Amino acid sequence: MTSLAAPSPAPPPRARSGLQPARLPPRELFGAALQGLRTRRLRAALSALGIAIGIGAMVAVVGVSASSQAQLLAEIDALGTNLLTVTPGTTFSGNNEILPSSSVPMVAGMHNVDSDVAVYQVSGATVLRTPYVPAQETGGIGVDAAGGNLPQVLGVSLAAGHFLDAVSARYPEVVLGAQAASVLQIETIGGHVEVYLGNTWFNVVGILKPVLLDSSLDSNAFISLPVAERLFHVQPNPSEIYLRANVNHVPAVAGLVAPTADPQNASGVDVSRPSDALEARAAAKGQFTTLLLGLGAVALLVGAIGIANIMVISVLERRGEIGLRRALGATRRHVSLQFLTESALLAALGSLVGLGLGAGATEIYSIAQKEPFVVPLYALVAAPASGLIIGALAGLYPAGKAARLSPTEALRV
Amino acid sequence: MLALETVVKEYPGGVAALRGVSVDIGDRDQVAVVGPSGSGKTTLLTILGTLERPSSGEVRVAGVDVGSASDRRLAGLRAHEIGFVFQSFHLQEWMTAVDNVATGMLYTGARSRDRREAARAALERVGLGHRLDHRPGQLSGGERQRVAIARALAKRPVIMLADEPTGNLDSKSGAEVVALLHDLASDGATLVLITHDPGIAATFERRIQMRDGEIVSDERR
Repeated sequence: MTSLAAPSPAPPPRARSGLQPARLPPRELFGAALQGLRTRRLRAALSALGIAIGIGAMVAVVGVSASSQAQLLAEIDALGTNLLTVTPGTTFSGNNEILPSSSVPMVAGMHNVDSDVAVYQVSGATVLRTPYVPAQETGGIGVDAAGGNLPQVLGVSLAAGHFLDAVSARYPEVVLGAQAASVLQIETIGGHVEVYLGNTWFNVVGILKPVLLDSSLDSNAFISLPVAERLFHVQPNPSEIYLRANVNHVPAVAGLVAPTADPQNASGVDVSRPSDALEARAAAKGQFTTLLLGLGAVALLVGAIGIANIMVISVLERRGEIGLRRALGATRRHVSLQFLTESALLAALGSLVGLGLGAGATEIYSIAQKEPFVVPLYALVAAPASGLIIGALAGLYPAGKAARLSPTEALRV
Repeated sequence: MLALETVVKEYPGGVAALRGVSVDIGDRDQVAVVGPSGSGKTTLLTILGTLERPSSGEVRVAGVDVGSASDRRLAGLRAHEIGFVFQSFHLQEWMTAVDNVATGMLYTGARSRDRREAARAALERVGLGHRLDHRPGQLSGGERQRVAIARALAKRPVIMLADEPTGNLDSKSGAEVVALLHDLASDGATLVLITHDPGIAATFERRIQMRDGEIVSDERR
């Protein structure tokens, strides 16, 4: 195309009848669509709001559950994933195996075992507030004999008092699990709190916080092994051994611990890693609620209908512009692509706003819950992408309508 | 350049806007089409501009058979060869004069920079070099129509079609606009202009009179 700036008339152009309409580059299409939106800002903003709310709700659901999951995983990490539990297994016939008493020193002597504690079940013993409570109303509280380092090995602290110590080895003292304390309605150990354990009054010296790595311990009461042997004739066969392996050698230790604990009958020893179960639970918690996602989807649908609605009105209002573009050489395809792009752009902008809203809601939630702030990476991609797709779908009908408009009719407006 | 052979155009509902029109307009002819409202002038122009296809008859525009050409082909023809000027200007209110004119070449495939350059030159050509960045709302009616003319001419079309370009203008600016169109078309384009105004028609060497969808007279000066 020659410039018209030349003062003398350029040679007259002849019919260039081989010329075809231009393929509109995306940048031009984008520019035309953006201009269409810019001239009707308020309306564009309002119609994008539906999409923003829908996407925002979904991002918030995903973000909040991801944050809770991250929190749980962080807790598990703090507790350590190197705890192993050794328990007697069951035989083929369903009887319980018995761990030999030698298993405790054998396990403690293993390479890469940093610490360990053995727990011995005191069978038949009940814990009651007074002797007048019928003995069969145990409240589900079991009695265990345990080493004094149980809190350290299991990573649990005390809600009140202290754990079993040297004194406890000689005198009847008991530490209650969180659940056991609540069943007995003992909240503090102030003054002098006693429970009737077996046939003896035991002084309550401590209450444990919930044991996250093994919640079965929460409903137990703990006494020292010497007292248990003396008063209840407990056999020195452990019901559980908890051990902390060197973090870099956990699988190796887990493989070796059974034959070490019982060389004669390694298959009668069960070894588990409690953090595995917790991690599975965390993964389950990360699964956002389908119901809330469904509500978000409904909001998206409503938003899409709103956009389709606005675009139809826009096509009717802009008949003049459509006719003009056709007169300027736009094909039907150019016109429909322009409106399709406009609709997709509108929804994509709405979904970006929604992403911001959802992330903001997650941020507020995570601050309130003191959880880490997490919005999954896929949400950052999926939100604008789904906006584009929804917008394009919503724009199909209005764009087709615009393309079918007769240019002369449109120009008469 | 433009040839119609017994062209009939009927709109849905049985209204016949053109009833067998045959006309031949040569390269660089300047033709005024006159006639009362409803005589089919505008329909004739939309058929010449390939915005509508005839119900029957043959139409050839710049060597293209409009009846059989694809939508793409006709759009290409309009993009490159035909410049329209409308009574109501059809300028985009939110765009400056330069942008309005440059948008006129959007579908030619010219690059954005070239379009703006050509738009600037065209606006200077119509005497609006000092109004480049004004929006239509800041321009007088005559100036607006001159922007629209610049839009039609910037791509250097071989055919210029004007539908009552002076209809919304006072007689002085109307006369100026028509003079400008004569001047621009004499650079090498065929000009067809619809008007009510006998004074404007008188400035054309060829005048076609229509009534009830037919050509009743076709005279040359």
